[in-house]
Amino acid sequence: MPVTHVKSSFQIPDCEGDVLTVKDLHFSYPDGHAALHGISLKLCNGDKVALVGPNGAGKSTLMLHLNGILGGHGEVEVSGQRLTRENLPAIRAMVGLVFQNPDDQLFSPTVFEDVAFGPLHMGLPEADVRARVDAALEAVRMSAYRDRLSHHLSVGEKKRIAIATVLSMNPSLLILDEPSAGLDPRARRTLINLLRELPITMLVSTHDMKLVQELFPRTIVMDEGLVVADGLTREILEDENLLTAHGLEKP
Amino acid sequence: MHFDAFDRYHEKESFLHRLDPRVKALVTVTFIVSNALLPDGAWLAFGFAWIFLIAANLLSQLGIGYTFKRSLVALPFALIAITVLFSIPGQPLFTFQLFNSHLVITDAGLLRFLSILVRSWLSVQMAILLVAVTRFPDLIHALEHLKVPAILTTIIAFLYRYLFVLTDEVFRLIRARESRSAASAGNRAGGGIFWRAKVAGNMAGQLFLRSYERSDRIYNAMLSRGYSGHLYTLNPHEMKSRDYYVTALAIVVIFIVQILGRF
Repeated sequence: MPVTHVKSSFQIPDCEGDVLTVKDLHFSYPDGHAALHGISLKLCNGDKVALVGPNGAGKSTLMLHLNGILGGHGEVEVSGQRLTRENLPAIRAMVGLVFQNPDDQLFSPTVFEDVAFGPLHMGLPEADVRARVDAALEAVRMSAYRDRLSHHLSVGEKKRIAIATVLSMNPSLLILDEPSAGLDPRARRTLINLLRELPITMLVSTHDMKLVQELFPRTIVMDEGLVVADGLTREILEDENLLTAHGLEKP
Repeated sequence: MHFDAFDRYHEKESFLHRLDPRVKALVTVTFIVSNALLPDGAWLAFGFAWIFLIAANLLSQLGIGYTFKRSLVALPFALIAITVLFSIPGQPLFTFQLFNSHLVITDAGLLRFLSILVRSWLSVQMAILLVAVTRFPDLIHALEHLKVPAILTTIIAFLYRYLFVLTDEVFRLIRARESRSAASAGNRAGGGIFWRAKVAGNMAGQLFLRSYERSDRIYNAMLSRGYSGHLYTLNPHEMKSRDYYVTALAIVVIFIVQILGRF
């Protein structure tokens, strides 16, 4: 079904793109399916940005480009460093990617080992690794779960531990794929409070429009592999034509 | 849903629980190897090995019969050895006709069969005790410290982590099938055997595909956090003098059992 892209001219908050710059990013999957058709966006220090759009819009594909899991044509720059094969490890330390399903993210037997995985791979000394694990678990209020087994946790607990696994790498950009999916209201509320408190630049893909309204001053709308709108959340949520054209609903 | 049926660890504060996991893994493997090396019919040595096992049971505070009860599950596997009854030359004890073959049970065959049964029964019990008194992640660490190749310990760690996820997946698939396995009045429900086999085959295929895709996502999650082909772990265990004493004592006892078995 063809989608008519509504021309929109939103005021993008003043931004130099000091944390993330993406320029004209194209990507096709090996089976020929084109997922991204020239994405450009900029994120600044302290930005908390929602990434919304229907399923299949290319949100997850875009996120997988931001720390070089996928490599399309175009430019990705993180904190001024161009993403290349050589500086992949450095980029991955700066971009914390939290996957949608925490069972994919938590692959170690215990919580401690999972949170320590990133710092250990960065080659930090043992004392630093332990300090970072403690700090990351403290940040998500899960210090008591340090020695628990991952498969014994609830979905909400797993989600928070999954966030801790990237916080322990001290990233300058946090990317979350549908963090509130599958959570009960209380776990969702805890997560929202957590995301609000975290003093990190964030790009969060979600279908939860209430979450967008509550937490993110800026919203990027994607559809069919393109950025169709990028601006202040309150302005975008007022534009009903835009929302309906891209299968979104006003909260 | 959590499926914990595989978790055999029992939370307790016993002497065995507090031992370093390396000691437990090492002694268990030595015990099993020792059983395998004992000659056929070394009943005295088997007896001492059994006493060693009982002592370990007592030290674990899980109860004297803890491993005995659970070992019965594994016994049917020992029946694979039933062919040795007929295949070792010796004095015939008993003959019978099965279809058109003439089977002879010999005394040497019987002796070997019983010895194999006892060996596997003792070994299985020690392994059961090991996983009951050691947390699984600790066990994996122990294997790492004992220089088991990283690729093996990694596979075991992943297996342990995802066994639960996969079991959940299987139960979801089965539930999805059950909830649509309806019957309408007057018709025989269930479909033909071939059709049902096909459905089961499709489910197995689904499970494989889902696992395969999951492995892709896990690998991505590992890459995102800097994975480059090597796994690193911290060393949370420290051997105390008590651990060394226990190892030495256990090795000596097992050695004595070996000597007893040879006279």
